[in-house]
Amino acid sequence: MPRGTAERDPAVATNHPIADEVKFTTCYMCACRCGIKVHLKDGGIRYIEGNQNHPVNHGVLCAKGSAGIMQHSSPARLRKPLKRVGERGRGEFREIEWEEALGTAADWLGAIRARDPKQLAFFTGRAQSQALTGWGAQHFGTPNYAAHGGFCSVNMAAAGLYTIGGSFWEFGEPDWERTKYFLLFGVAEDHDSNPIKIGLGKLKGRGAKVVSINPIRTGYSAIADEWIGIRPGTDGLLVLSLIHELLRAGKIDADYLVRYTNAPWLVIDDEGAADHGLCARGTGGQPLIWDRRRERVVSGNDPEALPTLRGPRTLSDGRRAVPAFELLARRCLEPRYAPDAVAAETGISATTIKRLAAELAHVAFEEAIVLDQPWTDCHGRHHARMIGRPVAMHAMRGISAHANGFHTCRALHLLQMLLGAVDTPGSFRYEPPFPRLIPPSGKPAGPVGPNTPLLGPPLGFPQGPEDLLIDEAGKAMRIDKAFSWEAPLAAHGLLHLVIANACKGDPYPIDTLFLYMANMSWNSAMNTARTMRMLCERDAATTDYRIPRIIYSDAFYSEMVAYSDLVLPDTTYLERYDCISLLDRPISDADAAADAIRRPVVKPDRDVRPFQDVLIDLGARLKLPGFVTADGSPKYPGLYPDYIVNHERKPGIGPLAGWRGANGGQAGAGAVNPSQLERYIENQCFWRGEIPPEGRYYKFANRTYLEWSQAMGFRDHAEPVVLQLYSEVLQKFRLAARGHGRVQPPAMHRDRVAKYFDPLPYWYAPFESESAGYPLHAITQRPMAMYHSWGSQNAWLRQIHGENLLHIHRGRAEELGIADGDWVTVTSPHGRINVRAKLMDGVNRDTLWTWNAIGKRAGAWNLAPSAHETTRGFLLNHLISELLPAREGGYRYANADPVTGQAAWYDLRVKIEKAPAPPARAEPVFAALEAPPLAARPSVLRYGAKFRPPRPRA
Amino acid sequence: MHPALSVIVFTTVSGAGYGLLAWVGVWAVAGWLPADRGLAAASLALSLGAITAGLLSSTLHLGHPERSWRAFSQWRSSWLSREGVSSIATYAPALLFAVGWLGIGSTGGIWALFGAISAVGAVATVVCTAFIYQSLKPIQRWSNGWVLPNYLVLSAMTGVLWLIAIMSLFGMTDGFLALAAFLCIALAAVLKIQYWRFIDRTASRSDAGSATGLGALGRVRLFEAPHTSENYLMKEMGFRIARKHAAKLRMIALVAAFFLPLLLTLAGLLMPTALVAPFTFAAALIAILGVLIERWLFFAEAKHTVTLYYGAERA
Amino acid sequence: MTSLPTHLEPKRLGLVIDLDICVGCHACAVNCKQWNSGGVAAPLTDLEPYGPDPLGVWFNRVHTFEVGEGETGRTVHFPRSCLHCAEPDCVTVCPTGASYKRVEDGIVLVDEDLCIGCKLCSWACPYGAREYDYDAGVMKKCTLCIDRIYNDTLEEASRVPACVSTCPASARHFGDLGDPGSAISTLVRERGGYDLMPELGYAPTNKYLPPRPRRTAARDVRASTELTPAVAAGGGGFLAWVDRLLSG
Repeated sequence: MPRGTAERDPAVATNHPIADEVKFTTCYMCACRCGIKVHLKDGGIRYIEGNQNHPVNHGVLCAKGSAGIMQHSSPARLRKPLKRVGERGRGEFREIEWEEALGTAADWLGAIRARDPKQLAFFTGRAQSQALTGWGAQHFGTPNYAAHGGFCSVNMAAAGLYTIGGSFWEFGEPDWERTKYFLLFGVAEDHDSNPIKIGLGKLKGRGAKVVSINPIRTGYSAIADEWIGIRPGTDGLLVLSLIHELLRAGKIDADYLVRYTNAPWLVIDDEGAADHGLCARGTGGQPLIWDRRRERVVSGNDPEALPTLRGPRTLSDGRRAVPAFELLARRCLEPRYAPDAVAAETGISATTIKRLAAELAHVAFEEAIVLDQPWTDCHGRHHARMIGRPVAMHAMRGISAHANGFHTCRALHLLQMLLGAVDTPGSFRYEPPFPRLIPPSGKPAGPVGPNTPLLGPPLGFPQGPEDLLIDEAGKAMRIDKAFSWEAPLAAHGLLHLVIANACKGDPYPIDTLFLYMANMSWNSAMNTARTMRMLCERDAATTDYRIPRIIYSDAFYSEMVAYSDLVLPDTTYLERYDCISLLDRPISDADAAADAIRRPVVKPDRDVRPFQDVLIDLGARLKLPGFVTADGSPKYPGLYPDYIVNHERKPGIGPLAGWRGANGGQAGAGAVNPSQLERYIENQCFWRGEIPPEGRYYKFANRTYLEWSQAMGFRDHAEPVVLQLYSEVLQKFRLAARGHGRVQPPAMHRDRVAKYFDPLPYWYAPFESESAGYPLHAITQRPMAMYHSWGSQNAWLRQIHGENLLHIHRGRAEELGIADGDWVTVTSPHGRINVRAKLMDGVNRDTLWTWNAIGKRAGAWNLAPSAHETTRGFLLNHLISELLPAREGGYRYANADPVTGQAAWYDLRVKIEKAPAPPARAEPVFAALEAPPLAARPSVLRYGAKFRPPRPRA
Repeated sequence: MHPALSVIVFTTVSGAGYGLLAWVGVWAVAGWLPADRGLAAASLALSLGAITAGLLSSTLHLGHPERSWRAFSQWRSSWLSREGVSSIATYAPALLFAVGWLGIGSTGGIWALFGAISAVGAVATVVCTAFIYQSLKPIQRWSNGWVLPNYLVLSAMTGVLWLIAIMSLFGMTDGFLALAAFLCIALAAVLKIQYWRFIDRTASRSDAGSATGLGALGRVRLFEAPHTSENYLMKEMGFRIARKHAAKLRMIALVAAFFLPLLLTLAGLLMPTALVAPFTFAAALIAILGVLIERWLFFAEAKHTVTLYYGAERA
Repeated sequence: MTSLPTHLEPKRLGLVIDLDICVGCHACAVNCKQWNSGGVAAPLTDLEPYGPDPLGVWFNRVHTFEVGEGETGRTVHFPRSCLHCAEPDCVTVCPTGASYKRVEDGIVLVDEDLCIGCKLCSWACPYGAREYDYDAGVMKKCTLCIDRIYNDTLEEASRVPACVSTCPASARHFGDLGDPGSAISTLVRERGGYDLMPELGYAPTNKYLPPRPRRTAARDVRASTELTPAVAAGGGGFLAWVDRLLSG
């Protein structure tokens, strides 16, 4: 290697100031809500990095957040309000002014409100401002409102909220500092993205064991100590088998069960009675248990009692009752849940299942941890220490997006309870405002009448058949049939059924579909082709569209924009105020409540407005109560920032919890503080209020926590939350199906409700398993560098994922004569696609998969017509139907979980063969969309050139 | 490696040009170079023209040709810099030689000395070119002892064939030159075949296992590239050619670069003077074509270790 | 100056990449692209960014490999960027002196004003660390964020390469690998950090930490391989053991 005389290093600009201004705000490249620090120079965005002080991300920032500049400057951005010209679905628009747009919207909505408010279907997709939008729907008077949870992961949320009063998502987190064993079920890239990455880094550093249960070995599964390539839809079977082993060996935290769950509650055993299977109650309504000490039935709230977990016992009326725990044990100890019995179905060997159970038991009990942290429980008893069972779990869409997802998730929570691993040191921890009452209070409200608000929020948590939104005949009141007998616990609504139901006029037709950030005509649709046709279908008699009016708000020219009649262009996250609220989906962590705002970092360079401003403006124009003062003038003339500060949902409770009170000295509850936004901005746009140390575990029974969260306004009373191992709510629905109670299902639904509303979790095969001749599963995963359909309009991110392939197990592909890169035809009972294959090893043998939402339609997103997203990218959606095959009698249920209505995306069954003749491009091909006026696509992008530091003098 | 036409043409054509220059220099020293000014004009125009065209072509393909003068500065460490210095330096004695041979019509005395120096310069430049490739460790198929002799002998071979062709235009023949041609062709063919045998049989020093350091854990296969779109690395270094296709081209190269020129040169010897030129020109042209194919293969069959990160298991 | 300095300072700044923790999220790659879009090598040009074949200059790329097969197979994510080698051929082959290794800290840089865009340095790099900017006509590469690590206008915690500060899993480390007592050198020793393609003799400064062995045996967490059934002494029927688990 030639070496010369040492010369001086050339001068390099090592000290160049990169910003003349720094602003903090919250990222919105996904739903994680990391804090970001935005460096601005000469009015342009120089650099976005994670905020080191932010409680969510502590200074890190993922690929998406790091590409915010390209999202903000994408040529796909809409520029001005648009009105459709020509046929719907072509993408032909003319630009209009905001006054005309808002006037048109107000006219349409005003007419509906005066006639029949439920004719407005108002659904927000990936919005994070449900507290506002739901409140708006409530005051408008339409029950037809939800966000996207119904097709995202409502199974996860509902199962959690009806069982432990909390959930995964970003409502809870593993005890990253203390856990010794971490199980991930069905997790790819999901909500809580950066915290999970940060946490996994810590776990690996500490030597905690990480087990990833996922059909596919990518992403997090790569760094797991053990990857288990389970068959999709069988996680419930695995979990119940683990419970089987633990029960067989007596490896459960019995003390935890009797103290904190309804395991000891006596369940009435009186077949045929109206309260069979419900818990025995005392005269005051308190649950009854059997006291081992006094050897009689006593109240479950009696702190002196020593409950038993086994029965049978005799009640005062002479009837037989059994502790809920025994019913659970009998179920889970059935031979069908033994490891040998489930091995074939799950694809996991019995040896492995037995070993996992042994490992869980060992870590939970032999490696229990003890914190020297005194605490006081809800009965006033003082405990010197906190005992922890350091087994943590997290689960997401891989569990949820199946027709058996609700019960699977309940089974998971059961496993946690049996191990004593809910909110104990080292296990799953709630984040404030959770845990909530089980279920949370708030029943869904049905329509009232013209010009009248609903009596409460449109979404809620039914506690029995009487809370369903159905008419006298048992027919659904909501357009999506949420909270009907077809989807009783549809806590997040069912956005994916709205278009089809509206077109069919079942349960009734609507007038206007108003969507925000929901790409319903493309990657959020089941049965894409038919959905696109339905959006353009006309009524033969009136010749009007079956859905007469569609209003859509989005920041980018997505596929859905083309199907709209009126387009309201949104800003990007860098140009707006926003509120990440405890009333919505906050950014709390297990040790603190936290919320945050977004604030404008740059001004829009085009005629766009934040959607929330538009909504408040419309609310005022429509004179909705809550949006106008007594004299009819706008209540929030400053629009969204005005609402954020001045709105009170209940006295003292507003969207933001920090710096409340006239002088900003109160947290959680307090009077309106006019300078609240300024305080947030001073504090880098977030607030965090710590839970006192003695209140941070056992939150459901921790007096300190319960009183603290009551003072914060998260709950009305400091009552403990008893975890519901056994769900009486589900049993009530079952009883109705068996002919008891005032509200009963129509005959056609009885058997179904009776079957699936089981008070204890169980496993059943996903419904599409019945499709014979389709032997393989087909699923998707979210890639870490994209967020749903967002990413293809981003110049940097689309270089990473500009097209997608169908991944197949190498051995399976060889059997089928498919080589790497071959074109293959994938067929389901509903459709067919032609795509290219990629072989891999780390995948369940019977599973095909691809990255989610990469495929795009020609003409959308201002990409070149020959973009690979269009010619080579594809969606599995084309193969999925929103309806199951017809039953006897011809009725077709939704392709969904029968309890919550969750879209069962991952139940898809397909067959695959090498394509006889390789097509020129991925199929099916849809006609290219026109586009409204958008920025020209540059052929060379030299972003940042102007920031380059000048060369320093030597 | 991506077979960039500009580089292939440059090394082939200027290689022939340097070869021609070297031969006329050596022949002048030996006293066998006809002092014919017409021959001088044609030979020098062709050799210097080829060299200049090659140099210009490769310079114009640079990102910043206007700074190309900087390439003379790092001769202490860089073979490319040395090639630049050598190529420009060789113009001096070559032009001085031209003053004698073309200007005055003399090939003896001091002019022969200039001829000798330009021959040395020509050889030195070709050596530098060869070492640019031979010194690249990431490309095992270039980083071996076969590359330098191949470049030198192919340059000599094409040079001598061109000299024979030009001389035949002027009705001149030279038995020793023809003998030199046969020797060059034979040697070049042997060296080429040995090179191909070497690259076919030599085990890769690096593989995906050593490139990632994960070889100890098992066979290393690319699951997902960092980007679905192209990038500079794969455009520049990701070129792959199927074995069967390469085998065919090798055959064609052997025939065009060696077998046919041999036959045509032989035939040219046996022809009456008036009919020699077509054969010698055909030999020279077909040889160039063959060497272009050989050079194309030299790039196409070269594997760069960066491909180990993009799906190749060996490089 | 493309001859290597005869006498380097002992400081050898570089990166350590932890393949045991990298989750393949591309945060480092995109944040690097973002930072450097406005840094000393700005811009990192993207050609046809919205077309069928976008082609951009990136300094850091994240690959994913499958290693081994069957039961012992695993997936490993693999970030790749300049290793700031001690014996960098990319420096010595450069004909103009544009490519150089700093005396002060060993960082390998491109002086764009001298670069003629011959691309030979990228051929000389076995790791693909250098990418040519077709629009600017010069070679660009990882600068080890030389415009961050010494930058007094940034907070101290930010004076690390962008890829290191942004990595959510903490799979990237920065420091002086020429100092055996530094935290990063200790990490390399403890974890068995290694060179890529050591057989080529480039002596890379950056090190990679290998994935830790998988733990799929019960003894790895000190558990038994299966649980033994609970037996209630003296019988007692279904779940007889459960009440004895209860305290009190």
